Amino acid sequence: MSAPTLDAPRSRRQLTKNNFELNAWLFMRISGVVLIILVLGHLLIMNILDGGVHRINFAFVAGRWASPFWQIWDLLMLWLAMIHGCNGLRTIINDYASKEGTRLTLKGLLYCATVLVIALGTLVIFTFDPSIS
Amino acid sequence: MAKSATGTLYRGHDGMWSWVAHRITGVLVFFFLLVHVTDTALVRISPEAYNDALELYKTPLVNLMEVGLVGAVLYHALNGVRIILSDFWAKGPKYQKSMLRSIIVVWLVVMIPGAYFMLLRTFQTLFGASS
Ligand code: HEM
Repeated sequence: MSAPTLDAPRSRRQLTKNNFELNAWLFMRISGVVLIILVLGHLLIMNILDGGVHRINFAFVAGRWASPFWQIWDLLMLWLAMIHGCNGLRTIINDYASKEGTRLTLKGLLYCATVLVIALGTLVIFTFDPSIS
Repeated sequence: MAKSATGTLYRGHDGMWSWVAHRITGVLVFFFLLVHVTDTALVRISPEAYNDALELYKTPLVNLMEVGLVGAVLYHALNGVRIILSDFWAKGPKYQKSMLRSIIVVWLVVMIPGAYFMLLRTFQTLFGASS
């Protein structure tokens, strides 16, 4: 019988089967950079310039979404912000919810809310009808 | 505050508070985003439904909360840049403290005129002689 094989001391241990956490970490940074332009631009236009929120109404939205540029802007912002925020909250739940059951429940709720809101927002951008009444 | 010389360099210091604020603003903005996508979805019901909901955003109290939200997003974005630079720029960790001071200055420089423009209408309707 041969002796059991041992890893060499200080050799790199395979802790997980994939690079999910590394990719999530990278995603937070890449989406963050893109969101700077999308989100701060959105806030500047919608909340600060030219009367801010006081000039926003249905007609204003219709005017913006007549342009594919703003449709794509809003769509990209929706997906990136929701996934970025969802992953951020996943980290926070993992940090504070120490009981397995609590953690799973909270993350289940988080994922449901995220999928629902992304679906709703996407549907609204694609099916917007300026002549609805 | 760490009391002993062997204590942590992190806990209770600006590095911790900037992280706490990043966390709180991130959560806050995420929950607002859930509400905001939903209120925007009212454009699929009728122009009136959407316009009615938007009236709420134009009331003085919610207008004030809007300043808070914009401030929270701006802090999160600026501090996010600081985190990214600390991770990827060789000199980032060395300058993280000066970067924190810089983002506070940028935040103030943007938020002071920003708050002025966001609240202008509310002040005019609340205190203006005529409108
Ligand atoms: C505007 C540009 C933004 C930038 C530059 C940015 C950047 C970042 C970065 C670098 C992190 C740290 C990730 C890590 O430590 O691994 C982070 C975390 C987070 N972000 Fe953002 N973000 C932005 C917008 C948003 C938005 C719009 C939301 C909400 C929908 C959001 C929610 C969060 C949350 C909840 C976390 C987790 C915080 C934590 O773990 O303590 N962020 N962000």
